[in-house]
This record gives sequence, C-alpha cells and structure tokens, in this order.
Amino acid sequence: MSNQSLVLVIDDEIQIRRLLQITLEAAGYKVYFAASGEEGLQQVAMVRPEIVILDLGLPDMDGIGVLKKLREWATIPIIILSVRASEQDIIGALDAGADDYLTKPFRSGELLARVRTSLRHGEITEKGTLFQSGSLYVDLANRIVKKNGEVIKLTPTEYSLLTLFVRNAGKVLTHRYILKEIWGPTFEEESQYSRIYVAQLRKKLEIDSTNPKLLLTESGIGYRLSVEQ
Amino acid sequence: MRRSECEGGNYYISLMQSLDQIRPDPDALLASLKKEDEKATKAKLKIFFGMCAGVGKTYDMLKSAHDAKSKGIDVVVGYVETHKRVETESLLQGLIVIPRKKLEYRGTFLEEMDLDAILSRKPKLVLVDELAHTNAPGSRHTKRYQDVQELLDNGIDVYTTLNVQHLESRADTVSQITGSTIRETVTDSMFDQADEVEIIDIPPDELLKRLSEGKVYTPERSQQAIQNFFRKGNLTALREMALRLTAERVDHQLRDYMQTQRISGPWKSGQRLLVGISQSPQSASLIRWARRMAYTMNASLVAVTVETAKSFSESDKAQLSKNIKLAQELGAEIITTADEDVAQALVRVAREQNATQILLGKPQRLFFFRKNLLDRVIEKSGDLDIYVVGGTEESSVKSKPSHFPEIQSNFLQYIAAVAAVSVIAMLCYPVTSFLGYQTVSLILLLTVALLPLKLSAGPVILAAAWGALVWDFFFIPPRFTFAIASGQDILMVITYFAIAAITGTLTARIRAREKAVRQREERAVALYNLTKDLSSARGQNEVARAVVTNIKKFFDAEVTVFLSDVDGDIFTKAHQVSTFKVDEKEFSVAVWVYWNEKKAGKFTDTLPFAQATYYPMSGPRYPLGVIGVKFNRSQQLSNDQDTLLQNFISQIASTLEREQLNEIAQKSIAFVESEQLYKTLFNSISHELRTPIAAIISASETILENKTVNNSEVKENLTDEIHTAAERLNRLIDNLLDMTRLESGRIKPALDWCDINDLINTALRKLDRELSKHKIIVDVSSDMPLVKLDFVLIEQVITNLLHNATLYTPPDSNIQIQAFVEDQECILIISDNGSGFPKEAIQRIFEKFYRVPGSKAGGTGLGLSIAQGFVAAHNGAIKVENKKEGGARFTIRFPMQFLNQNVVKE
Repeated sequence: MSNQSLVLVIDDEIQIRRLLQITLEAAGYKVYFAASGEEGLQQVAMVRPEIVILDLGLPDMDGIGVLKKLREWATIPIIILSVRASEQDIIGALDAGADDYLTKPFRSGELLARVRTSLRHGEITEKGTLFQSGSLYVDLANRIVKKNGEVIKLTPTEYSLLTLFVRNAGKVLTHRYILKEIWGPTFEEESQYSRIYVAQLRKKLEIDSTNPKLLLTESGIGYRLSVEQ
Repeated sequence: MRRSECEGGNYYISLMQSLDQIRPDPDALLASLKKEDEKATKAKLKIFFGMCAGVGKTYDMLKSAHDAKSKGIDVVVGYVETHKRVETESLLQGLIVIPRKKLEYRGTFLEEMDLDAILSRKPKLVLVDELAHTNAPGSRHTKRYQDVQELLDNGIDVYTTLNVQHLESRADTVSQITGSTIRETVTDSMFDQADEVEIIDIPPDELLKRLSEGKVYTPERSQQAIQNFFRKGNLTALREMALRLTAERVDHQLRDYMQTQRISGPWKSGQRLLVGISQSPQSASLIRWARRMAYTMNASLVAVTVETAKSFSESDKAQLSKNIKLAQELGAEIITTADEDVAQALVRVAREQNATQILLGKPQRLFFFRKNLLDRVIEKSGDLDIYVVGGTEESSVKSKPSHFPEIQSNFLQYIAAVAAVSVIAMLCYPVTSFLGYQTVSLILLLTVALLPLKLSAGPVILAAAWGALVWDFFFIPPRFTFAIASGQDILMVITYFAIAAITGTLTARIRAREKAVRQREERAVALYNLTKDLSSARGQNEVARAVVTNIKKFFDAEVTVFLSDVDGDIFTKAHQVSTFKVDEKEFSVAVWVYWNEKKAGKFTDTLPFAQATYYPMSGPRYPLGVIGVKFNRSQQLSNDQDTLLQNFISQIASTLEREQLNEIAQKSIAFVESEQLYKTLFNSISHELRTPIAAIISASETILENKTVNNSEVKENLTDEIHTAAERLNRLIDNLLDMTRLESGRIKPALDWCDINDLINTALRKLDRELSKHKIIVDVSSDMPLVKLDFVLIEQVITNLLHNATLYTPPDSNIQIQAFVEDQECILIISDNGSGFPKEAIQRIFEKFYRVPGSKAGGTGLGLSIAQGFVAAHNGAIKVENKKEGGARFTIRFPMQFLNQNVVKE
C-alpha cells in the first residue's frame, strides 16, 4: 500500500482488538489502539489518525461522551462499533456526530467497506462536484443526473434530496436529518415526505426499484447512498 | 319399669340442659376472642373518670404519667389544663410537653392540642386532658375525643380525663338534676372502648372544702360555683351516677372475663333492642335512654327510621339526621326502611332483626279519629315487649321552633285549597238558579276530589270543610245563614263533607304512596344502572369512569376519584376522569380519609372546611381509595340519599376489589408463565446454545491442531461450519432478547409511515444467504399507500416468517409475499408451496419454544411466537393455515391509518 491510512481503534475488549488488528492490517491500514476513552482522546491528538473506530461501552467513560468531546475539535470520520443495537442508540450516536454505526457482531467485509466509504467521503466533500456510483452519475456543478448515461429529469425537491445524499454519500442519514435539511425544521416529524420522495427517486434512478442498490434503507434509522458498486 | 324409663329420660334432658348451660354461645365466644385479639394489638385508652371538676383527675393522671415514665415508657403531654392549680402544675415538670397549636378564629387566638405533632412524634403514651372538649373551628375534628380516637388508631396509648356529666347517655339526666345544659359530650362508645377506667372519687364534703380553700377555682369563681353547680345535692347525685357507671362497667368486665376464660355462668340470651326514631327532637333523649337500657341489659341496639311519603321541612330533615348520627355514635345499628305504615314497618323490622323489645317515645299529640302510632304498634306487636319512654320538658320546648317552618311551608297549600274552593263557588254563584243548589255541591265535590293532585291531605280536608260551609252559607236555602231548612239538606251537607274528605285523603294517600314508590324505583334504577356499568367495566380506569358518571348523574355532584395502586400504596394524585380539581388542602382531606377509613370533609365532623365530602372505599387488605363528592346544592344529603350513596360506594369498592384481584391473578398467571418460560429456556439452552458452540469449538480445534488438514477444501468447509454455527447463535440471542422485551411488556411500536415495498426489500436483503436456494415472488399491489407501522418490528416479523419458510420447505420451493389493502386493513400474506404444517401442530405453532416434531435443527422455536407478539403489539392479528393446494400460508392483518400518496405535494 502506497499511503497507509492510520486507524485508531478505541475499544477495551482484547479479542475484538486482536480481530480488528488482523482484519485492518490485512487490508493495509496502520492500526493504533486505545483501551479507554481518556487514552483514546490523547491518541487522537498525538497520532492524528485519519479515521476512528469507537466502542460505546468503555471502562472509564461513555463512548457518546468521547464522541462529543472529539467532535468539539476534530472533523475526522468516526465509526461506532458497538453491541448496542437499538435504533435509539444508533440515532443518538449519529446525531452526536458519528459518521457511521456498526453493531457487533459484525462482518469483517462490512467493516472494511464502511471504513473505505468514510475515508472516501472525506475526499468527496473536498473534490466536490462529480459523483459516480454504479449506474448513477451526478454532476452537481451543472445539475446533471444520468442513469446508464441517460439524462434523468428530477423535480426540484427530488434533486435537492439527491444532492443531500450525494454530499453525504456512504453515510447514514437519519429521517429527521433528511426532513430538516430538505423541508425545514417544522417537518422533522412528517416522515411520510422522505418515504415518498425516496420511493420516487428509486423509481427514477434504480435499475430495479424493488431491489434498490443505490438508496439503501437502514431499518428504523434512515437511508444511505451506496458508493460501492 | 315404666317409671324408671321415665326417670332416665328426665335425666337425659336435664343433662342436655346443663350441657347447654355450660357451653358458651359460640358467637359470643368468637366475639370475645376477637376482642382479646384486638386488645393485644390495639393502643390502650385509660380514662380518669370523676363526678365533676376538681376531684383531682388531672392530678392523678399526671402522677400515673410519672409512674409510667419511671418505667421507661415514652410519655408526652399532648394537652393538660392545670387551671393554675399549684399542685398540678408542679407535676408537669419533668414531662415532655408538645407545644399547643394556635388557631386564629375571628381575631382571637385559640390554643388546641397539636394532633399532627403528636402523630409525627409517635410517643408510646400521650396525656390528653378533658376528653369532652370541643375543638376550635378549623381543627381537623370537631371534638377532642375524635382526636383521641385517631391517636389510638395510630397505636399511641392515651391517658385522658372525663366527668360523668359529659357522657352522652347521661347528659340528659345530669341537666335534669343540675338544671344546666350540657353542651360538650363524649359518645359512650369511647367510654366502653376504654381499656381501663379509673374512678377518682372524693366525698362531696371534701370537694366543697377544697373548693372553698380555693384549690379548684379562684376564690370569686368558687363562690359562684358553690351556689350553682356545686351544690351538695347535685354532687351527691353526680357521685352516685359516676360510681354506678363504674360499677356497671366492672360488671361488664366480669362478664367479658368469664366469657374469655370460658367460665360458665349466666350467659346472655342475645337480647336485641329496637328503638324507633323520627325527626322529633324528643328522639334524642329516647335514643339515650335506649342506649342506657341496652347497656344494662347487655343487649344490642337497633335504631329504625321509617320513611313515609310525608315531606319534611329542612329543619326536620336536619334533626332526623342528627338523631341518626347520635344513634350511630351511641353504637346502634341503623336501619332505614320505607313504608307508609310506620307501625307495621317497626314491627316488621323488629321481627326481621330478631329484636326482643321495641322502645317508643310517648306520643305528645293524640289524633282525633286515627289511632296513634303507639296503639297500632302494640296491636301488631304480638309477643314483642314494648317500652314507652316519656319526653322531657326541655326537649318539647325545643321542638316548637323546629315545627314552625313546616307549617309555613304548608301554609301556601292551605291558602291554595281555600282559594280554589272559593273561586269555584264564586263562579257557580251567578248561575245557581239555573243549576240548582244541589248541583253546586257536586261541582265543589269534584273540585275537592281534584285538589290532591297538587296538595297534601291536610289542605284537602280543609278544602272539604270550607266547601261544606260555603255551600251551606251561600247556596242552601235559607241563604246567607248557616241554618238549613230541610232535614234532607242537613243530610246532604254531612254526606258531602264525608265524601269530600274521604276522596280527598284517599287520593292524597295514593299519590303519596305513588311518590314513595317512584322514589324507591328511582333509587333502585340508579343502583341498577351503577351495577350494570360496573359489571361491564373492565380495568380500574373503566370502573372509575363508571363511578364518576353515575354519581354525577344521580347526586348532581362533581366527583373526584383517588385509587390506590395494586400493591396497596396510597394514591399520589386524583384519577384523570375526575370532574373537579383538588388543591393541596382538599387532597390532604382525601389522604386523611384514606388512612383513617372514615368519611370526612363537608357536612361531617372531620375537616368540615373542605369543599367536598370524601368517602373511603375499604378493601379487605388495604384501603382501595377515596371518592370525593362535591354537591352542587348547598344542603346536606337527605338520610336516604346518603344511604344510597354509601350503597353506591360499597358497590364500587367491591367492584374495584374484583378488578384488583383480577389484576393480581393475571400477574400471578404471568408469573407462572414466566416460570414455565424459564424452565423451557433452561432446557433449551443446553441444546440450542451448546450445539453451535460445540460446532465452533470442534471445527476451530481441528483447523488449529490438526496440521494434516492441508486440504483447502476441508478447511473451507470447517470455516463455513464455524460461520453457520455463529450465525445460529447470534439469531438465538436476538430471538431471546426480542422475547424478553415482549415478555416484559416493554414493546411499544414506534409507529411511523412505512413503505411496504421498502419493508419487504429490507427483510429480503437481510436473508440474502438463507433465501438463495428459494424462489421469491413479491406481489405488492400498485396502489399500496404508506402505512403507519414500526418499521423495525414488522421487518422482524417478515424476516422471521421468511426464515421459518426457508427452514420448513425443501430447496427450490416458492415463497410468495403479498401485500394489499382490504376493508381498511393492511394485509400481508407470506406463503410457500412446501408440505404445510401437520394438523396437530397448527394449533401450537405460535407457542414459545414449540417446534414441529421432526423438524430439522436450526430453529429456536421462538421466531413465530415473536412474530405474533410484534403483530399483537400493533393490534394486528396473525393467522396460519395450510393451503388447499399444499404449503403453509401466514396472513397478517393490521387495522390502521393509511396515507394516500397524493396528499404530499411539492
């Protein structure tokens, strides 16, 4: 690997740490570890990792607390890896600034994909205006959307929704976040809007709208625009 | 031979008799055992009892308190009045005195015993002087003895003082002897309840000596006292009374003792005295008399009021309820019955209640043509003994003002009666020659006969008499004289009067009876409606709602309900169905009622400043709650209405109890079920958990240790085994967690708009691996709207059903998922073309840990049960059946709101 990305894992479970080390190093990352929240915060400042994998159940402080402290000054991608699987936990972590959330037990492949996505997401926001995933091509600067090279006409709302997904490609967007961004804060509870517009976008953009590959549903949480294809 | 047989028989009988005599009455024994029991646990009351002030009761009480203190008992002084007597005051030293509470009343400050301070201090023994004292307005109870009762109820022993003249049943006699009215009285039950009564007695001469020495009152007051109350004659009479009372008590104690120690003796025959009480003020002294008699006879006392159709004035009603209250306080059982014939009712109740004697007041006015009540009772009484008790001067004087309003209220009726007859007569007058004077009498008769429709019997009789006079004077020749010329006409006048009076009174009576029947019917209907509502009510909330609507409707009142929770803990706020809000003050009344299980608030002696009356609902194990009733009218409920309300409340209490027992029963069922679950789980754990673990351990060991496995295919297979086993473990844990959530009742669907297509796709994606060998057909109707569901729960339901289908159908089978709308319901059908379920299994398929016999390993027996639980949490239903063409079909129905897609606009 030419440029080894630095990954910081904040987790106190030795077995998980060992497993992550094997998996991540095999994929060409350089891995650092912290066994507590306090140590993790120090490591982020010292090691300057490009991505953090954070457990929520830490011996000294709650993972959400670590997340919030990190978000005070760091913009690096943070992936939560936790046994807490309820939607409230996940939404809470995403709202607190996590880029992604993975529950234990997890598949190594899935974890690597998420890490890749999160790293790439950093690049997209910098590079900016062109997005390509599978059959989808979006040119934000010129407001052009294409499916398999064919120009797709979108309504203004559909377009702004798609833009939101593209800007956050690979990231899980909660229903509330989508509603707030597109329709405004007063619509945060009106989830029917996002459901209907996502369904419409799928009809227009997916090759098979009953088996979506681009706009993926995260049960009980929200949607994610896939960047892997 | 014959003779000896006879003797043998006699011997047998006499043996039986003597056995009967030895054997104590079982009821009495039971009662005495209960009494013994109560005494052991209940707080003790000791009364220092004297003939009058100044005999040294307070002094003796304080001395006893010091004795108790020296024995290490925690004694406090709740309230002691030393009257500045030096000897008494010196005895107060060394005792803890609870500071008195100051109450402001019309600008002045009154000092009262601080009941709450004592209750929170919780001493073992408290001294409370002057039991008969009436508390200042604004206190919790109107009388101090009620305070003492509360202290006793809270397990605090009380020493108190009492003079004989303050005893309710003796108050009359004392005021007759001394000529002074006794206002402050204590119910006899308080005296009976005392565990110990110590008589403080000094000879009258010595008391007078102490009085003149200024040891009792200040010198000038002493002089006044000696001339009025403390005359030697009075003192002797009071002393005799006090001593006799104490002697009677001792007699009772002896009897009780003999009963508790099962000593045979002259057992009581279970005498029962019945006293008839009315709205007359005389009834009060009659009740007191009855109580004294019952006490000496050791008989129980029943007080009966008979409701007739006769309407009472407000003051009469008040007097009647006062009398009833007095009877209650004196320990009588109260029975209210409705009957037009008072005498018959009294005798009927006496027989029903097995009374042996009836006590009646001496009638004051004798009716003219009607036998008085007493005669009629005697006539009907048969073998019952009748006692007649005379009224006293004082009470008959009192009775006059109370009768005045009654006449006034009827006064208009009398005027109306006379006016009606007069107007008809005036109308007839000009046409007399045309009609003939005899016809006029018939018209007047008709008038009188019609009057009872509006008027009562008295005015009707007056109208009859007035009609006769008018007819005689104005119509019968010679006119304008009362003289009647022909004998025929005299007979006519008499007949006219007789007919008018009889029809009038008869109609009045029929109407009165009709009214009484109607009222009774109304009450019966009200009670019936309540019972009906209560019996159909399920759960405490519905019961509370039924209570509020029924009381509100029938008693024209606002209602608030406080329910204690299932564990018997006190309520913290009014139930939400309550129709009036309680402030902190009102709430504290409700709390008092809860703890003391006695009614309080407006129209009662306890906390009368409250806006509403609060009734306790007693249960067998703990109080069930309190009902507050705020009447829209200003008057107190009449006696029968109050009885009805009490009936309502006891009815409600028993329903609530039923509900609570139900809840407890359900809880215990749930407990048994969870026990069952635990057991099954335990058995299941060994199998379900260990199997995959075994697979993981052995497979991984083979890979690690057996270096001979170089064959990459074998290695891959082993790894695959480990993976499958881990997946299975993970699924089991997920299922167990879901089951636990369901069991704990913590599943509350987070309803949100869902796209059914999205739901199905997400579930399918999750089962990608498992479904790879099956053909999946998704059929969602094109006009499927968004539906409100919990996305995650329903996704789990679909996943579980799909997973179930993969387990029980052979590879390459079809699995079909359909979704459509039918009759305002969202229908989801998941079916397969496998072999379906065995008949006997189909009933049990949703049971926890149930697995179809012979099915292949991998299932936990929880998936379908969880699916059912999640569907039920959405108020939906899940059904399973075998398709005719083969295969199983699960149908889920959700009743729900839909959203038309067109509603959302850009």
